[in-house]
Amino acid sequence: MVPFNYLIAKDADEAVALSIRNIKSKLIAGGTNLIDLMKENVSKPDTVIDINKIDSLSAITELSEGGLRLGALAKNADTAYDNRVQKRYPLLSDAILAGASAQLRNMASNGGNLLQRTRCYYFYDTATPCNKRDPGTGCSARGGYNRIHAILGASESCIAVFPSDMCVALSALDARINIQSTFGCRVIDFRDFHRLPGDSPELDNHLQHGELITSIDLPNESFDLNHSYLKLRDRSSYAFALVSVATAFKIEDGLIMDARLALGGVAHKPWRNTEAEDYMKGKAPNVQTFAEASKINLSDAKGYEHNRFKIELAKRAIIRNCLTAANKNS
Amino acid sequence: MNNENTGAIPDDAGNIPEMAKHSISININGEYRSLKVYPWVSLLDALRDHLNLTGSKKGCDHGQCGACTVLADGRRINSCLTFAVMYEKSNIKTIEGFFDGTLHPIQQAFINHDAFQCGYCTPGQICSAAGMLSEGHAHTKEEIKELMSGNLCRCGAYTNIINAILDVREGKYGPI
Repeated sequence: MVPFNYLIAKDADEAVALSIRNIKSKLIAGGTNLIDLMKENVSKPDTVIDINKIDSLSAITELSEGGLRLGALAKNADTAYDNRVQKRYPLLSDAILAGASAQLRNMASNGGNLLQRTRCYYFYDTATPCNKRDPGTGCSARGGYNRIHAILGASESCIAVFPSDMCVALSALDARINIQSTFGCRVIDFRDFHRLPGDSPELDNHLQHGELITSIDLPNESFDLNHSYLKLRDRSSYAFALVSVATAFKIEDGLIMDARLALGGVAHKPWRNTEAEDYMKGKAPNVQTFAEASKINLSDAKGYEHNRFKIELAKRAIIRNCLTAANKNS
Repeated sequence: MNNENTGAIPDDAGNIPEMAKHSISININGEYRSLKVYPWVSLLDALRDHLNLTGSKKGCDHGQCGACTVLADGRRINSCLTFAVMYEKSNIKTIEGFFDGTLHPIQQAFINHDAFQCGYCTPGQICSAAGMLSEGHAHTKEEIKELMSGNLCRCGAYTNIINAILDVREGKYGPI
């Protein structure tokens, strides 16, 4: 690990100020991904700014217009087991608990979950070229072992996937991210936060250096009746998704009134395809509807040598998970 | 602790000055311990190398095996994936803190169930089990298996580990 200075920020303003002042700094909350990357010399900050003492960012509070505000420093475990989250946003609770281990969920923060980096083996291996780690060096995964890699939205320069489960649910729920900087505060729709790799895969998202995620807002529409999170992986616990699916429906009189469908483990960001969602609206929640939606969702999918199976796996996972969601509480 | 450059950047000769070390005080197993560490020292390394508490084990050092599990303010965490300097004034409980003249119920259950072979993962398993039982979300055998999945046992003692924890949960070894 490369030596660094350790600073403590007492509040959000100070975190932002210290971050601006130290251009090669990283903020640390749970640290579960950052420290791992630092051990591998993938991340080499010269300054680590501890934001864990900022008490105001760890609460989960009601929003006046309905909905729930999840503090950026609230732990993943505390979020998943929060009574309000479990009751009103069970999709989110289920997705969080499908990820990592109990120890890691106790450590990991909500803001950090959004900022975790890909688990592409080549990204972690500093002996190999990687455009995400060292822009311009090439992609080792395209012609290498790419079983866990992207089938949607990838580019010539990068086929890495974003590993979060929590974010798949947040995308499906149309969450919003509150961000503070020296210029004030701004809000980003969850779907616009992470980016596709394109020609600059070193950028995972649209957060700028010097910006601090303060909270994540869940809208009032909670999809607490018809929802399901399905995660398919090489072992049934404590592994990253090969394919995961978050589904939420509003069903009235036997017809789908609103549909949300987000995929994890398949792209550089949680994958939403509104065309597939719109197709399901007004239709009966049955296998035919879901099969067509799965085809629309995967229509642009492209597999590589070791991950072609994920295209069919994703289609079947969508159908299965949509049926589970539709039949829940019925 | 100030917010200026604390001198952790090596000089031209590659030396890291002593001043880069932080003086911290952590309550470990009920007793405050003072130590001086560089900020990049993990909590696990601080316990093992600075405080001679070698019960917590280094398995993978990447948060994948759970052998380093300790309780921080009552919650189970991977001590390899966090820096000691972040635990100023915190309460850390390691496996050494479980024995208070008699074996802790989880320790006794592990012995009775033969819940280990080589024993390397055992301190982490016991700390993790204690954390899980206080979290209160594991009610069934299936839930225990799921919520203990962060602790690997390459000897494969899982069946006996789960049975030991089930017995403790059911109160067969007294209150915990």
